[in-house]
Order: sequence, then C-alpha cells, then structure tokens
Amino acid sequence: MTYRNPPTTPRKSATFDDYTLSEIRRAAATGIYDIRGAGAKRKLPHFDDLLFLGASISRYPLEGYRERCDTSVVLGSRHAKKPIELKIPITIAGMSFGSLSGPAKEALGRGATLSGTSTTTGDGGMTEEERGHSKTLVYQYLPSRYGMNLRDLRRADAIEVVVGQGAKPGGGGMLLGQKISDRVAEMRTLPKGIDQRSASRHPDWTGPDDLEIKILELREITDWEKPIYVKVGGARPYYDTALAVKAGADVVVVDGMQGGTAATQEVFIENVGQPTLACIRPAVQALQDLGMHRKVQLIVSGGIRNGADVAKALALGVDAVSIGTAALVALGDNDPRWEAEYNELGTTAGAYDDWHEGRDPAGITTQDPELMKRVDPVAAGRRLANYLKVMTLEAQTIARACGKNSLHNLEPEDLVALTIEAAAMAGVPLAGTNWIPGKNGF
Amino acid sequence: MPATKLSKTAAHDHASRVFDLDQMSLRELNQALHNLTPGSNETAWEVLNPKGNHSVAVGVDQPITIDVRGSVGYYCGGMNSGSAITVHGSAGPGVGENMMSGSITVKGDASQYAGATGKGGLLVIEGNASSRCGISMKGIDIVVHGNIGHMSAFMAQSGNLVVLGDAGDALGDSIYEARLFVRGKVDSLGADCIAKEMRAEHLDLLQGLLDRAGVTGVKPTDFKRYGSARTLYNFNIDNADAY
Repeated sequence: MTYRNPPTTPRKSATFDDYTLSEIRRAAATGIYDIRGAGAKRKLPHFDDLLFLGASISRYPLEGYRERCDTSVVLGSRHAKKPIELKIPITIAGMSFGSLSGPAKEALGRGATLSGTSTTTGDGGMTEEERGHSKTLVYQYLPSRYGMNLRDLRRADAIEVVVGQGAKPGGGGMLLGQKISDRVAEMRTLPKGIDQRSASRHPDWTGPDDLEIKILELREITDWEKPIYVKVGGARPYYDTALAVKAGADVVVVDGMQGGTAATQEVFIENVGQPTLACIRPAVQALQDLGMHRKVQLIVSGGIRNGADVAKALALGVDAVSIGTAALVALGDNDPRWEAEYNELGTTAGAYDDWHEGRDPAGITTQDPELMKRVDPVAAGRRLANYLKVMTLEAQTIARACGKNSLHNLEPEDLVALTIEAAAMAGVPLAGTNWIPGKNGF
Repeated sequence: MPATKLSKTAAHDHASRVFDLDQMSLRELNQALHNLTPGSNETAWEVLNPKGNHSVAVGVDQPITIDVRGSVGYYCGGMNSGSAITVHGSAGPGVGENMMSGSITVKGDASQYAGATGKGGLLVIEGNASSRCGISMKGIDIVVHGNIGHMSAFMAQSGNLVVLGDAGDALGDSIYEARLFVRGKVDSLGADCIAKEMRAEHLDLLQGLLDRAGVTGVKPTDFKRYGSARTLYNFNIDNADAY
C-alpha cells in the first residue's frame, strides 16, 4: 500500500465565496446587472447590537399589565393646521400600486386603519382601494409624479416629498414591463408593457432652496392643512435632516439601506447608503442642533422587525418608525406555504426577491390577476394589524421595564451596545464599559 | 384703500375681483381662490403687483379667468384645474407645473421646467422658454412662440409640445409618447428621440394647437415632428451606450 500524504480540506475563498462566483457566472452569461427587490441583505450593524438595561436599584419599573405606557404620537405639528395623530409610532412605508397588487395595497390600508396608524401611497399614484380603506393616508410626491393630481393631493392626510429611499439613495424607481398592466399603465400615463425607469431627480426643483419653494407651493395648494414630510435615503443624515428642516418640513423621514425597494440593481442596494442604525444619531443631532427635536418629527425606517427595534429607535430619539418589508411578510410575502412555487422560480421561501418579475406566488408583488387573488385583503389586513399590535406590546414591555410611562420617554441612557461599531454609531456605551467611541476625544 | 373690490361688469352679470398683493398676502389670494365653489359668479380675477411672488394662483379648481399684472416667481398656476390664467409679464421656474386642465398664457418669457409633468390643459409661452420645458409632460399641450432651452421634453410621456422658434440641445431625451413639433432648428436630439414623418393627422393636430394658442400666419407644414424611436422602451444591454 502506497503512502499518500494527508490531503488538505478543499478551501473556498472568503473573497470569492459561492454567491460571488454565481454572480460572476450570471453576469458573464447575461451581460446585464442583477435586478431585485427588498433591501440590503449583507450583515450590518443593527438594532440587534443594542441592549436595554432595564430597571434596577436606581430606576424603578412600571407594572407590566397595570400601569399605562403611552404609544401615541402626533406628526406634523410644526406648520400643518391638521397634524396627524397616530395611536402607535409605527407607520406603513410608501409602496407603489404597480409594484404591489391592488389587494395588497388594500390590505395595508386595512391593517393600518385597524391599528390606528397611517399608510402611504407610492410611485404610482393613489388608488381607490387604499384611499377607501385607509383612515390616514400619506400621499407621496415623487420625481416621476405618476398619477399626481390635485384631487388626490387634497384628499390625502399628509404629503411626503420623496427625495430618496434607503435601498437606493440617488436612484429612481424601476418597474419593469411585465408588471405594467392596463391599469398601471393608465395611472402612470405610459404605454403598457414598457420598462418604467422613473426619474431620480424631481423635474421642477433642485437643491434645498428650491425645495423650500416647492414645499411652500404644496402648502398653498392645500391651504396649509396637511403635514409635509420630506423623505431621504440614508446618505448624509445630518445634513439632509438639517436641510429638510430649513426647507420647511414638518416631518423628516430617514430610510436606511435595509429599507426595501420594488426593484433596483443589486449593486446599488448593497453598496450605496448607510445602515439604519448609523443614520439615527446624526439625524437626531441635526434636529437638536437646530432646536427642532420633537418639534419636527423624525421617522426612521429600514429593517424594523419587532417591538425591540421600535423601542431602540425611539430611545435614540426617533418619533416614529416605518415598516415596509416586515408589513409585506405579515401580509404573506415569502410564506413557506408557497415553497413548491418558489422552488420553480429557482429560489426558496425567505429568499424570494425577484419582485420586479411580477410572478410572486404570494400574490403581493404582482399584477397577475390570478396570483393577486391569493391575497384576501380582509384577512391579510387583520394579520398586519395583529403584527402591529404585537410590536407595540413588545415595545411597551421594554419601556415599562425601563420605567417609562411613554414609549417616547425611552432615552439613549437606557441602552448599551454589544459591539464597538454599534456603540460608535448609536452613541451609547459599549456594554460593561462607559466608553462611547468618538466621545471625549477617543 | 381697499385691497380687493367687487364690481359688476356690464357685458356679463359676473363679478370681477381685483386682488392687490401689495395690500394682501399670497395666502389670502390662494385661499380666496380655493374658497370658490361651482357656480360662483366671481369668475374674473385680477392680481396686481405679483412682483415675482412664488405660487401665485396655485391649485385653482374653478373655471375662472385670472389676469396677473406683472411677473411671477416659481410655480405660478401649479396644478391648475380648469382656470384660465394670463401672466402679463414673465414667469419663473415651473409655471403651470402638473397642470390638470384649463390654460395658462405667459405674455413674456418662462424660466426652467415650464409645464413640468402637466397632465392636461394648454400652456402658451408667448416669449421664450428656458431649459427643460415640458419635462416629464403627461398630457399637457405646450405652445412656445419663441425658442426653448436644452433638455426640453426630457422623459416626456404624452401631450404635445409646439415650438415656433428653435430648440436647444438634447431635445426629447428618453421621450415616451409625447409629440414634439419644432419650426426652427434643433441643436441636437436626446437619447431615443428622432425626427418623424409629418402625416395628415399630425398636420391637423398641429393646426388645432396653433389655433387654440392664437397663433396666426404660421403653417403646420413649416414644422418638423419629433418623437420616440421606442428603442429604449425595454432594457437591452446592447443599447447601454445610449444612456
């Protein structure tokens, strides 16, 4: 028997991992970049890297099931005659009719209304389904202005001027031809079946000084009644927040890179923008520096999943959070019940992100009349309401444990970080130390 | 001196209303316009001393006439729905942005983004219009007596843009189904915009637009038509150099 030297275990490259290799092969075969939905999938510093301290000898808790812990929030009190009053500080983010089916939009409205919160239109105009089923509806004012009209502007409860979104700060919307049904085409004044690549810049204003004039116009059109939000992607949160306030915003929405999209280049989603956790403190700091914290409200979105995330965001100074991807999951997105169909599409439940193709087995990111029947708007709306209720209860549980009778009384001093990165981003001490990286000169 | 006055005109039993922006605020003007209800007899409005104010007569949704005596700032007549606005002066950026219906006539020149994203109605610029005229237009008709600047009709989706003079660079870049008619020279065409055959239906359409805009002494046959080559409607990697 001949002696063989002991072999080494086959070793794959950390740099050229399986996903990277598959993407190189895919690019070489097709000659086009990968387009997909959802937000950044890479591992990022996030709320999981923060912990609450809870009560101890120096802080006493509230009784979990007896003492009140307020969850309400008022948005838009700076200038609007009719600010929005929400029962919970969790809103539904803008998602377009076109990217989502009509029943899915209706379900979002139903769920939000049951929960006493708002939902938001998207880059495709306002549908009757969502207006009719949404007590509080935020109307997005986007670069494309698809479907933008005076009547809908006046029957909205708030207006959100969208400058950018976390999945693609600096990028415009994208809705590929397979999802452009007759109805979608008509609402957007475009031919059926063509790829719609929405503008990334507004057509009639550029820069903060113009934005101020644009906001004035929107206020004049709506007689100063409606709160005006300005939504930005998580690019330069300190300056974007400050400039939005200067331009006259009632509410600033900052969307981190985990925030979803209906369709964008993978390279864009994963490489442009900042994590949600990294956006919060600079945005809050901008408001504090201007003396506008709690006067101009701050909404943060991108990767909010549970009541702990809500509580952590609020503790860092946010007034409300917004959910998109999580709301779709509550409606039924990526449900394992459709596993066989996900497999046929070359994916698996939990990983399905080809939302732009319009073949969503769950019937949510599609315009296919048969597939969209799978969304029962009443039942799906109820699931969303249940989920929002659980998130709220979870956040209250944490707040009471920290001795707070309102979610908005949570504060950075209630938090520590598990990693140096999270400590630096959130501006809270590394657990077990009093070290906040970047503070006090080191 | 009263800032507004009501008077009955002899020819019509309709009240005219004069609104002096030296005496009253823009807010009061727009609120008064929004307070109008269908059937109101206050159908003729005159705005004095606009002095470059932004957002003059925005969001009007009644079929009234508004004569603005002077020049205006940004977004005059924004989202207009059914009123007939005449600016007896020049207009700043975004005049008639997102107009739904009705008409806006600018006696002087217009700045950038005139008629941006307009859904309907007629915008007439009797002077020149600057860059990005008709950007992202969605059904509005725009007639410019003079010249227009660069990047006009960028991503124009539908409607008609008529230019009696010349057009600047990159006309109709990434255009969809809007029709462009230019009588003078075009410095350059943008991506996917091409010269197209002027058929009888287009001559009829153009004559109608010229008539509505009060243009005389100009023949539709003097114009060239431009529109989408439709090669970029669905993404094809072989077209990547076009962007």
